[in-house]
Amino acid sequence: MSTDLFLIPFLTGLGLAILLPLLGCYLRLREEWLAALAYAHVAAAGALLALVGGLPPATGGITAAALAGAGKRLFANRLSGGAAYAVLLLCGWSVAVLLAANQSQAERLGHALFDGQLYFSSGEQLWLVALSVPVVLGMLRILSRHLLLAHTYPDFFRIRGLRAWPTQIGFDLLAALALALATMTLGVMGAFALVFIPPWLAFRRATNWRGGLLSALLIGLVAYLAAFAAALWFDQPFGPILAVVLVALGLVVA
Amino acid sequence: MLRAKALVAGWLQPTTAAIDFSLAAGEIVGLTGPNGVGKSTLLAAFAGRASVFSGHLELQPGLRLALQTQDVPPVDGLPLSGCDLLAMTGASPEGLPPWLAERVDWRLDKLSGGQRHYLALWAVLHAPADLVLLDEPTNNLDAAGVRHLTAHLHERAREGCGIVVVSHDAAFVAAACDRVVVMEVRDVD
Repeated sequence: MSTDLFLIPFLTGLGLAILLPLLGCYLRLREEWLAALAYAHVAAAGALLALVGGLPPATGGITAAALAGAGKRLFANRLSGGAAYAVLLLCGWSVAVLLAANQSQAERLGHALFDGQLYFSSGEQLWLVALSVPVVLGMLRILSRHLLLAHTYPDFFRIRGLRAWPTQIGFDLLAALALALATMTLGVMGAFALVFIPPWLAFRRATNWRGGLLSALLIGLVAYLAAFAAALWFDQPFGPILAVVLVALGLVVA
Repeated sequence: MLRAKALVAGWLQPTTAAIDFSLAAGEIVGLTGPNGVGKSTLLAAFAGRASVFSGHLELQPGLRLALQTQDVPPVDGLPLSGCDLLAMTGASPEGLPPWLAERVDWRLDKLSGGQRHYLALWAVLHAPADLVLLDEPTNNLDAAGVRHLTAHLHERAREGCGIVVVSHDAAFVAAACDRVVVMEVRDVD
């Protein structure tokens, strides 16, 4: 096996293993962890639609997730309590499965997206991740205090005249784009597992917000490294192995 | 810094009787009255959240407001410490009572209800603000907490901050406030 062959997938996944647990902390803060699953499914559907339409799948996935993230706010009043995410998830899943069932091209990509074939990552995906991860992390750092304040003291946040849109639509968009990028690489469930489980475990024990972020990051990285090695060793698709490792870690800690 | 003339406030419809109210910098004014008279609604109107149906409300331009409501900050299950909470609003832990200062690094969901309430209140009271609006701040506080709060309201007022306090606690209002405005039930006819 050539080391170079696996270096690109390893680095691509590593960038996402840093980003997703941190993003997941803010999604969990806002009680929007279901959003990760919704955006991942919408991104998968968008990628397949783009493929069928003769466009690059990554462009379709990212565009669909971005539209879902930004458009969700338009229906926020009518689809409260997480209903918007459930609707997005079901729409994304049904479109993706129907396309995969009826188009041979889409079937192959559909399997890759749902299996999470990290080892097929290309140099373009690595570049996209390498450019996006620092930008998204930087934006999260800027938004962090307002996200915490808007959740904990919503009235205080409003009366201080702080603009809500960067915190609300800005974060939704950021989450959607990050999840789309992750879905293209780690698969739907691999991306969701990295967003959901590390913060879930970290929030149980950390004594402060910074500690929670660091713990989630550490758990995500350990699980990613273990899953990468295990999937390679046993020649298995990466997404399910990552999910199994994270679930096992979760059960041990919980 | 705040002046209201014949102000009638409410959410979807008017709920308060017309009231005249004023507050100067460095003053602490208590708002009392029976349940349902609209004390919290009036406070919300001062903060620009509830609607003004008639009368006039004037706030000094550029005023920085801080509002404490009766809602409990949703922190259960979150790794948020007292320091995190204070950092969010820009409040300093300096001056916290000893029984809370030693727990300021603890997770908020590990504190008692009273300790958590006082920290949440402190984060608003000591946020950089010119006008502080407090709704039932003595809820969940024991006698030591009420004494400490009373002393710190005076200290905050000495710094030039105007404070409006809604409270049912007559002893606290008498000890903390420079002036008390008693709200009356709105005449529905």
